Amino acid sequence: MATEETYNYKVVRQFAIMTIVWGIVGMLVGVIIAAQLAWPVLNFDIPYLTFSRLRPLHTNAVVFAFGGSALFATSYYIVQRTCHARLFCDKLAAFTFWGWQTVIVLAAITLPLGITSSKEYAELEWPIDILIAVVWICYAIVFFGTIMKRRIKHIYVANWFLGAFIITVAMLHIVNSAAIPVSMTKSYSAYAGVQDAMIQWWYAHNAVGFFLTAGFLGMMYYFIPKQAERPVYSYRLSIVHFWALIFTYIWAGPHHLHYTALPDWTQSLGMVMSLILLAPSWGGMINGMMTLSGAWDKLRTDPILRFLIIAVSFYGMSTFEGPMMAIKTVNALSHYTDWTIGHVHSGALGWVAMVTIGSLYYLIPRLFNREIYSKQLIEVHFWVATIGVLLYIASMWVSGIMQGLMWRAINSDGTLTYSFIQTVEAMHPFYIIRTLGGLLFLIGMLIMAFNVWKTVKGATPAVARIPEPAMEH
Amino acid sequence: MADFVSDFWSWFVIIITVLSIIFCWFIVLTQAKKGQFKGEVKTTGHIWDENLQEMNNPMPRWWLMMFYITLVFGTIYLALYPGLGNFQGLLGWSQANQYDREVATAEETYGPLFNRYLEQDLKVVAADPEAREMGKRLFSSYCIQCHGSDARGARGYPNLTDNDWLYGGDPKTIKTSIMSGRSGMMPAWGDIIGNEGVFNVTAYIEFLSGRDIDALVAAKGKEVYATTCAACHGANAQGMQVLGAPNLTDKVWLHGGSNKRIMETISAGRQGVMPPHGEFLGEAKVHLLAAYVYSLSLDTEK
Repeated sequence: MATEETYNYKVVRQFAIMTIVWGIVGMLVGVIIAAQLAWPVLNFDIPYLTFSRLRPLHTNAVVFAFGGSALFATSYYIVQRTCHARLFCDKLAAFTFWGWQTVIVLAAITLPLGITSSKEYAELEWPIDILIAVVWICYAIVFFGTIMKRRIKHIYVANWFLGAFIITVAMLHIVNSAAIPVSMTKSYSAYAGVQDAMIQWWYAHNAVGFFLTAGFLGMMYYFIPKQAERPVYSYRLSIVHFWALIFTYIWAGPHHLHYTALPDWTQSLGMVMSLILLAPSWGGMINGMMTLSGAWDKLRTDPILRFLIIAVSFYGMSTFEGPMMAIKTVNALSHYTDWTIGHVHSGALGWVAMVTIGSLYYLIPRLFNREIYSKQLIEVHFWVATIGVLLYIASMWVSGIMQGLMWRAINSDGTLTYSFIQTVEAMHPFYIIRTLGGLLFLIGMLIMAFNVWKTVKGATPAVARIPEPAMEH
Repeated sequence: MADFVSDFWSWFVIIITVLSIIFCWFIVLTQAKKGQFKGEVKTTGHIWDENLQEMNNPMPRWWLMMFYITLVFGTIYLALYPGLGNFQGLLGWSQANQYDREVATAEETYGPLFNRYLEQDLKVVAADPEAREMGKRLFSSYCIQCHGSDARGARGYPNLTDNDWLYGGDPKTIKTSIMSGRSGMMPAWGDIIGNEGVFNVTAYIEFLSGRDIDALVAAKGKEVYATTCAACHGANAQGMQVLGAPNLTDKVWLHGGSNKRIMETISAGRQGVMPPHGEFLGEAKVHLLAAYVYSLSLDTEK
């Protein structure tokens, strides 16, 4: 039985469409800079197109524009549907959409102009940082306002993760972006020296931990059981891994600063907590995978489910790799090499992008009240994207480990066997393979854009009435 | 050296860390115990969004084992290595003493290989193929970033294979250049001699290196040269190695030899820095490097 009230799908639709747009933009910039690393001439000696300026544009576009829009879209959808309540304050929700898009456009203008705070993944200058903080606080009000309106007493597990993500990102962003402005486009960090580095990596690692992990686990906890039409595997496991994950992640930042001026004790704690993080991370993978028990056959016929499950597999792989790389002796080899880039992309492409793509294929038809234009194209997208990710990460593993080994190779007299430029020469073929992998992934996104365009063109937006909760509590 | 301004912060870190690990133990152990019920696995009874439900399966045993192992490992690690505030760990390890140990070992192993050349004359070292090979390896690590893999330099960085030397090309001077570094300074003359002066003196310098130049302009430039440039570059413009002032009569141009580049050099000046390597590499390695660099131009001498 449905009530008169409806869900707010408008803001979800807006964010969902922009997720695809920004995904294409961000990944296109990624392919360009990957190609520049293989063929440096491709910056055409134009300052706005140099690697140094496009790289932050790429990371900001894929993490905050693509990933951010995906999180807004899915969290607004999930929180409404699992609370059986319309979003708290439509106007504020609309503001978060326009505010967030403004942030992205400002980033796309300022970063190529070279306006940057130079903090990794937090390059945007202080006026934009303030706008981000305002938008984010409004996001929190909309999200938690909706939770307060819920008509089921028990809060669904996806919302735990989304809530933790929203609160923690607010804290990380505000603390790390604290700066002393000297003009509209220039500021200096409030922290100095190694403290600044520590705050920066506390932020950046938890951008991975909360933005790219906790948030997307929330997505996983809704869309996998929905698409598989199976209950979540273990409530108990979700409790333990949720608390352990959010509690341990916040400590792991110092593993980015092994063997630096950071005090030994801080490095050790970062390493120990990163290792303890392994089991809590895998808890999410187990819960996602095992939800399919009794429905494994669906993987054969359902490409959307396949996207979601391969995402969880990549999640498991990179959350195993991460703690290993946090071990000091492993890190001594992997640090500053392409291995790190491979690791990041097995998470970013394999996990974040794949789970987003799967979720969007679930969402779009429901938001526009249409069947997807072509299931066949989803199938094609799946294979193109999967091969792309595999080429990308395999080439970076080989390249990175080779690079690390070449750096430490010494002659019988103790001198270095290879000069730096020799390592660069050796990596060149892998840079080309990497570019190809990234290009395939981008082509996958273009296929998706076409499929979605064909699906939504001329469609009337869906109006969804809020159903009565199935049980009273 | 303590990393904390007071014991308070050390204890702060210790207490929070220990409580955190205990918290992880607590949450796993309590939930694991509850999970070991027998019989059929049921859902929790909640239903969201029409069909979302949760089973209440126990946590997989292998997963729990993995969690326990990392917790035990973490605890042992923090007992052995620095991590708990000011407590330095039972092994007494620090990254600084690990570094010192590794450097000492390397010094002991490789030091004699380099030191045996220190007593030899640089020309003798330069003639020794094995020493030259070692010098070449050092060069690949420390010098090619500026002087290039082939040692032929780049704009602003001298070619080391020719016979044009800014500060002198005898082995001892080369060694001094590497040991203590050099800093070359061409002052900016634009404001002093004006645009016309820059134009004329450029013409004179191009004339000196044999280019086809209007004699009248070159003559005007010569006057400017005599009053402003000769003090460093010499009356005959052949340069002065004591100051590192280049010879202007040859065809070697450190900062580019086009008319435009020469004007720019005179007008805005140039700064050239060769960093000192003595303290960084030690004399024995510099000795080998100097011999190697000296050997590079031996073939071109004839």
